[in-house]
Amino acid sequence: MSIKVNGLSKIYGTQKAVDEISFEVNKGEVLGFLGPNGAGKSTTMKILTCFIPHSSGTATVCGHDTTNEPLEVTKKIGYLPENNPLYVDMYVREYLEFVAGLHKLGKITQQRIDEMIEVTGLTAERKKKVGQLSKGYKQRVGLAQAMLHNPEVLILDEPTSGLDPNQLVEIRSLIKQLGKDKTVIFSSHIMQEVQAVADRVIIINKGKIVANDSTENLQNRIGNEIIVTAEFKQNIDRGLLGTIKGVKSYEQLKDGKWNFVAEGKKDIREDIFNFAKEKNLTLLHLNKEEYSLEEVFKQLTR
Amino acid sequence: MKAIFLKELQQFFSSLIGYIAIIVFLLVLGLFMWIFPDTSILDFGYATLDSFFSIAPYIFIFLIPAITMRSFAEEINTGTIELLSTRPVTELQIILGKYFAALLLVLIAIIPTFIYFYTVYALASPVGNIDVGGILGSYFGLFFLGAVFVAIGIFCSSITSNQIVAFILGVFLCFFIYLAFSYISQFGIFVGKNDYLVESLGLSAHYDAMGKGVIDTRDVVYFLSLISLFIFLTRTALSSRKW
Repeated sequence: MSIKVNGLSKIYGTQKAVDEISFEVNKGEVLGFLGPNGAGKSTTMKILTCFIPHSSGTATVCGHDTTNEPLEVTKKIGYLPENNPLYVDMYVREYLEFVAGLHKLGKITQQRIDEMIEVTGLTAERKKKVGQLSKGYKQRVGLAQAMLHNPEVLILDEPTSGLDPNQLVEIRSLIKQLGKDKTVIFSSHIMQEVQAVADRVIIINKGKIVANDSTENLQNRIGNEIIVTAEFKQNIDRGLLGTIKGVKSYEQLKDGKWNFVAEGKKDIREDIFNFAKEKNLTLLHLNKEEYSLEEVFKQLTR
Repeated sequence: MKAIFLKELQQFFSSLIGYIAIIVFLLVLGLFMWIFPDTSILDFGYATLDSFFSIAPYIFIFLIPAITMRSFAEEINTGTIELLSTRPVTELQIILGKYFAALLLVLIAIIPTFIYFYTVYALASPVGNIDVGGILGSYFGLFFLGAVFVAIGIFCSSITSNQIVAFILGVFLCFFIYLAFSYISQFGIFVGKNDYLVESLGLSAHYDAMGKGVIDTRDVVYFLSLISLFIFLTRTALSSRKW
């Protein structure tokens, strides 16, 4: 497998930033790191990229240990740090040439730089100094430098922070695209993003892993209840609603809008529709809520 | 290492630090050497570059920490140290890249002073009546002096994220290593030859020795040891940041 972490801990004084976490990431997987601020996501990433040493446990990337073989590890990794630090005085091209020099790309330098500029959509801004770019473009430069040497593994710390909605869509699709042949770990606060982009999710809280599963499974695990929201044009008597089959409980939201909780996993939308038909009610809105990842997140990190 | 060397150079010259360092150095030197009546060679009457070589170290004490103060402090401040540390380059390569870039800058500052050399050479009567050997030795000494100060400056930059602190510390350390030991040796509290030993711990003793025109291995070893010491200390400082 691409990344293997075993019993990893990082202790700062008396505080355990990372508390004996273990997980694996397979080649070609996109892993979403989810967790509240201060949970240990960035610390774990910094350990994987050999920026800081761990206090105990092991971390292996592509078969190389981060403590013993940092040079080998850093060759195979592309890293976008939190806050995306950049050399603001350099021109975009110049900066990428510098990074290429660090990775000793040699002859293919110019070609790779051209490719990266195109892939990250920097073509229009490539003549500017890095400091003159807007945040979204700076983020793209950060991504470009991470991908320049075509690493097997990409570690992205909050790659979409501070981007506007258009840029978000582009970067997300880029990450998903990259995930097809590379191993990608990215961290985020946005649940929908992780849901949309990642194959698997690890939720970290206070240095410990509280969930490690594919996005689908996670939703199914916690989401025991199916909730249907229905809006009727008319106001309905409470007692009448009790006659709907398969409904465990119901709750009025506002006027004609009600939340119905289903018994088990039954799709009660049909029952509600039939009920409305029988009683000659006008059904304005019928929606099945799936237990979103946000709910899962809140539950696990309480 | 080459990539870092080139980047540092590029940063020096795109941010004016490089130009200002060289211009200030040459300007101050030029003023003292040719214009201010007290120290001007033209008034002094003797065909010697001694005033140049005695003033230059003091200018270096302020100038070199100013050049090197941002080398690590800025990277730590802006977080770009994280970018560098997660690349397939060793700490030593990073340090040496920055070191040689700063050293090159010092060299570029010194080279235009060869004009002074030529001027005095031509003005001497008869032409050429100057201590060429001594002057060449002094140039070597000045270069090594600069090399040591650069190492000290880079070390001071690596132990703080504040550039001003790095500068002040650098000035202090350079000053201390250059002068302090010869002052201490003059206290008269040492027995026998010990005061000579103490003095030879200081930079000025070896700098003056080289200025006599003889490249003594003892002096070269001294300079190289100091440079190695501070580069080693810089590496230790960088590693300890991670813990």
